[in-house]
This record gives sequence, structure tokens and C-alpha cells, in this order.
Amino acid sequence: MDQAIIIEKGIFIVAIFAITMLFAMYETLAERKIAAWLQDRIGPNRAGPGGILQPLADGLKLFSKEEFFPATQNRFLFICGPAISMITALMTSAVIPWGSSLNIMGRDVVLQATDINIGILYVFGVLSIGVYGIMIGGWASNNKFSLMGAMRAASQMISYEVAMGLSIIALTMMTQSLSLSDIAAGQHGWRWNVLYQPVGFLIFLVCSFAETNRTPFDLAECEAELIGGYHTEYSSMKMGFYLFAEYASMFISSTVLAVLYFGAYNYPGMDWVKDNAGANIASILGIGVLFIKICFFIFFYMWIRWTVPRFRYDQLMKLGWKMLIPLAIANIVVTGILILFFDNNLHL
Amino acid sequence: MITIVFYILSAITLGTAFLTILSKNPIHSAIYLVLCFFSIAGHYLMFNAQFLAIVHIIVYSGAIMILMLFTIMLMNLNKEDERHKPILSRIAAVVSFCLVAFVLLATFIKAQPALREYKVSGQDYQSIQVLGKVLLNDYMVPFEFASVLLLVSMIGAVLLSKKEHINS
Amino acid sequence: MSIQNISLSGKKIEVSNKKMTFLESLYLVAIAKGLVITIKHLFTRKVTIKYPEETRELSPVYRGQHMLMRDDEGRERCTACGLCALSCPAEAITMKAEERKPEEKHLYREEKYASIYEINMLRCIFCGLCEEACPKQAIYLTKSRVMVKSNTDREEFIYGKEKLVMPLDMAIRNTQMQTAN
Repeated sequence: MDQAIIIEKGIFIVAIFAITMLFAMYETLAERKIAAWLQDRIGPNRAGPGGILQPLADGLKLFSKEEFFPATQNRFLFICGPAISMITALMTSAVIPWGSSLNIMGRDVVLQATDINIGILYVFGVLSIGVYGIMIGGWASNNKFSLMGAMRAASQMISYEVAMGLSIIALTMMTQSLSLSDIAAGQHGWRWNVLYQPVGFLIFLVCSFAETNRTPFDLAECEAELIGGYHTEYSSMKMGFYLFAEYASMFISSTVLAVLYFGAYNYPGMDWVKDNAGANIASILGIGVLFIKICFFIFFYMWIRWTVPRFRYDQLMKLGWKMLIPLAIANIVVTGILILFFDNNLHL
Repeated sequence: MITIVFYILSAITLGTAFLTILSKNPIHSAIYLVLCFFSIAGHYLMFNAQFLAIVHIIVYSGAIMILMLFTIMLMNLNKEDERHKPILSRIAAVVSFCLVAFVLLATFIKAQPALREYKVSGQDYQSIQVLGKVLLNDYMVPFEFASVLLLVSMIGAVLLSKKEHINS
Repeated sequence: MSIQNISLSGKKIEVSNKKMTFLESLYLVAIAKGLVITIKHLFTRKVTIKYPEETRELSPVYRGQHMLMRDDEGRERCTACGLCALSCPAEAITMKAEERKPEEKHLYREEKYASIYEINMLRCIFCGLCEEACPKQAIYLTKSRVMVKSNTDREEFIYGKEKLVMPLDMAIRNTQMQTAN
């Protein structure tokens, strides 16, 4: 039995890793395609039918580029930067509940790598160390522009982490649990958290844009002022790792958004499916629903990127500290009052 | 198994802690300190204190050390800029360190002997619900004092940054 | 006149440093409006022309490579009057005139012809003024898609008569088609 669990988890982890990588790969293509469509163009369509092999071509190009090191004594840290970014981007997926349990050959297979009861905090912890990749890389580049990019990334991430945490507190006040599987299970059917926590969702959304360094918060790598920011000095696959890590973390943060606020694997009418078609079908359908939600959020990220211009640095800080944090605190207070008023009968 | 992990973790903790002090480059020592914090979080995990471990990582590695790195990177510390410290302050530093070490040693010697047997209270202390209840019932006063302390330091920081404005 | 008052476009509006209200400073309404605009573009017709498979339709006034025409008997029309060289704004055309010998009557229509006729394709701007200036309808800018073939040698871009004069078989074909009509 013990060995079976190890094998089961092993297969599951490899599958998640593969899916994350696949998503990150095709996000690069999707980004270029969506950018093109929103600008009335067609986008890459030469490599394979409809450009389906474009990510492979890009990867091959990055692999065959010259490996360049700047004149610095910190070669080890220089290599560490992209590695840390990549590791932290991939680590979060360990606590995501990808679906309710499946019944395979008489065994209940839980579709979650590990169910720790502080799942949200784990996500936060990984998120907060993610900035080290950018900071160390930017500093070890021995380049003023890279360093400035790293500084911006660090200050931006710290500022927005606060608002993000506060918006999560309001959520956990309602769910009464920090475990992601409990939160996912609590949103059964139509009772998605976004309906109860619209303001919290908005704050979390804005902050996750900032945490993944996406436009309109991509000040760390803005080409106009910082010639690329923290990855100015990077080339070849190390550069590829930074870019890949950004897309992987975009996938993961879309997943977190879907799990926390958009009902994870729950969909209206899931009980009916379960009664009529069996638990396994309902569960597989749930996984599909989760991935549809994730794809929507990834599209949303790109949609925003090609709509909104970059914030100025002072606007960024003002938005973070003077708008989002007071709003998040007010949200906590209102949520607390409502919970008291409805005497814990909200939906739990 | 657990013992081996403990020894490895302790070696990392002590090694990185020493490297923090010994390395000449301030950035390097900050990074060693981050590694030290991570290994300490590992120790917490070995106590099955998941909450404490994660919060330790979030607060120390994720926030405090990033701010520390931030300031060190901005200050651009070089060997040339390092000022030569007078002999007197060096002696004072050594003396004060010895005193601190003496106090620490004394407390450790006087401390209660290690418990050989653990009481089983039946409560799951890694669950945050239990932790919250303990914090807000048994340790209410110190908890609130800590929050007041944080508030005071926050107000102080705001006041410091607004100093010129108040004077004029 | 100070720099503040100059308006090159003639549409200068005073910069307003209007205080934003709290709702405006959250940028939410503005962002939602922007999102609607961009999502509309997702469904509009794409303007890209997939080049090797599709080609853009040529404009009716398209001007490609020059050609020195022959008349329906296959004789060169050019009489080397030099009006094309005179009208050329880029000064790309040079020529040298020569008198026609009696035995060359079947080659040149007029009594004077251009023994050397060169267009420097690096200077030519394809304006078509030479075509307009020509009194003998000798030079035309054709509809050829290729304007100038790429090359590595600058000398190669000076097109002489061997490249500019209409090929004989083309002239024969033209004459045949005309008589058929």
C-alpha cells in the first residue's frame, strides 16, 4: 500500500510537471497569437500548421545561442538567478487540488500532490522567495540597469504581497480553512468565492498581475527605460529560463485564481452528473472545467497585457499602498461584520 | 533517517551562519543568511510545525531579508569605502560580545533540562485553529502587546520619513 | 513666442492636471473600457497578406522596371533626344546619340538613335517623369513586380541597353497579336 502511494504520487507529480511545462511552452505561442489578433494581425503561422511548432523553434533557437557571461566574479549567483526563478515557479503546483478524487481500480486517487493544511501560506511562501531569482540575477549581472530592474521587482513584489495577503485573509475568514483542498471543496456547485468576495477577488487579481511581473506591472523589465531590466545580461537558455519561468508562474497564478475564487473544479450541475454518469465522469469533467478556467485567466492576462500600458513607478506604489491596502483592510472589516451578522451561516 | 536529516540541516545552519559573518562581500553574507533561515525552517518542519516553518519563510526570507538585500544593493558597499575602525571601539565590541555570550551561556546552563518524555495533549498544534485559540486565549496580552509594538514602529517609520515636512 | 505656446499640429489643448476621484484613480472603469475595445479587435478581419501564397493587388498606377520599346516592325523607338534625361529629377539617365547608318534602317525607327542608354537604378526613384517626357513613346515603366534585382556590385545596377530594350521575341509577339486583332 505504501509503495502504491509513492508510485501514484510519483506519476501524478511527473504529470503535473509535464502539464506545467506544456502550458508554459504554448503560452509563449498563445501570447504572440493573441497579441497579433488584438492588433488585427495573424501572428506566427509558418512553423507547422498554424504555427503549432513555433515554441519548439523558439526553444531550439535559444539553445543554439551563445552562452554569454558578463565580467563579474559572481558566476555562481549569475547562474543561480534563473534557476531560482524556475524552481519557485514550479513549486507552487504541489498544493493545487486539480480535481476531486478519482476511483481507479478500487483505489481513491486524490488529485493533489500534497494536501497540507496551510496550503495558501505555502503558496505565499513560495511566491515571496520567487523574487530572489530576479534580485540575485539582476545583481550578479554587474550592470546598473539590471540592478535597477531587480530593485524595482523587489519593491513591487513586497508592496503587492501585503495587499494580496490581506485580500486572502478576508477569504479565509469565510472558508475557515487555509487548506486549498478544503477551499476548493467548499465552493461546491455554484457557490464560488468570487460571488461572496468580489472586492477581494479584484485585489487578488491586481496583485497577482504584479507578482508575476506582467504588464501593466512589468517595470522590472521595461525595455524603454531599463533595456530589458534584470535579464539584460542574460543570453541563451538562461534567458530562456527567465522567460519560461514567467510563463510557468502565469499558469500557476491563473490556477491559484481559479482555485481560490472561481470554484476550482466545481461547476453547476455537478451533483446531477455524479448521480447520472458516475463519480469518475464527474471528476474528469471537473478537471476539464478547471483547465477551462485556467485558460480563461491566461487569456485574461494576455488580454490585459495588450490593452493597458505600463504604470509609472510612483503610480504603481500609490496604487499598491494607498488604494489596494486600504481597500483590502476595509474588505476584511466588512467581511467580518457580515460574518457576525449572518452568525456564521453564510454558506458554511 | 530523521537523525541524519537533522545533522545535515544543523551542519547547513551552522555553516551558513558562520559564512554570513566571515564572507567579505555583504551581498554574499545576506544570501548565506537567507540559506540559514531556510535551514531553520527545515528544523521547524522536523518539529512538525508547518505553520511556523512557512511563516518563518514568508516573514524572514520573503520580506525582511529581501528588504535587507535591497538596501545593501542600493548602498553599493565596496572595500574601498570601508572605514578603519578605531582601536577603542574594537575593544568595546569584543567586551560587549563577551558579555552577551556570558549571559547566553548562563541562561542555557540554568535552563530546565530537556524533557525526555513528551506529554500527549491530544491537540493538533500544527493546526492553525488550535494555534489561534491558544494565541488569543492563553497568550492574549503578549499577543496584543506585540501588535501595539508593531503599530508604534510603523508610526515611527512614517514620522521619520516625514520629518522635514513637520519642521517647515 | 515661447515654447509653451507653440503648437506644430495646431491642435494644442491645455494640459489639465485634474484631480482624479477615488473611483477614477482605481483605473477600473478606464481599464474595462479599454478591454472592450481590444476584444472587439479580436474579431475584426485581419489585414495581413500571407505573402508567398497571396500577393497584394497592384495599384493601377504602379510603376515597375523601365523598358525601351520597339515599334510594330521591331525597331527601337528611341531617338536619343535627351528629354528623359532632362526631366529625370534623380539624374539617373545618361545616353549617347549616334546617327543611323543606311544598313541599320531595320533596327532604329528614327534617323538618330541612342548607342548608349543607361539608367542608374540606385538613383532612379520610379517617378515616371521620363515616361511622360518622351515624345516618341519609347520609354515605359512596366508592371514588373521585380523593380531592381539585388546584387553585390554597384556597377551592376547601371542598366544598359541590353537590359532595358524590349526583347525581340516580345516585340514579335506583340505585332502578331496586333495583326490578329
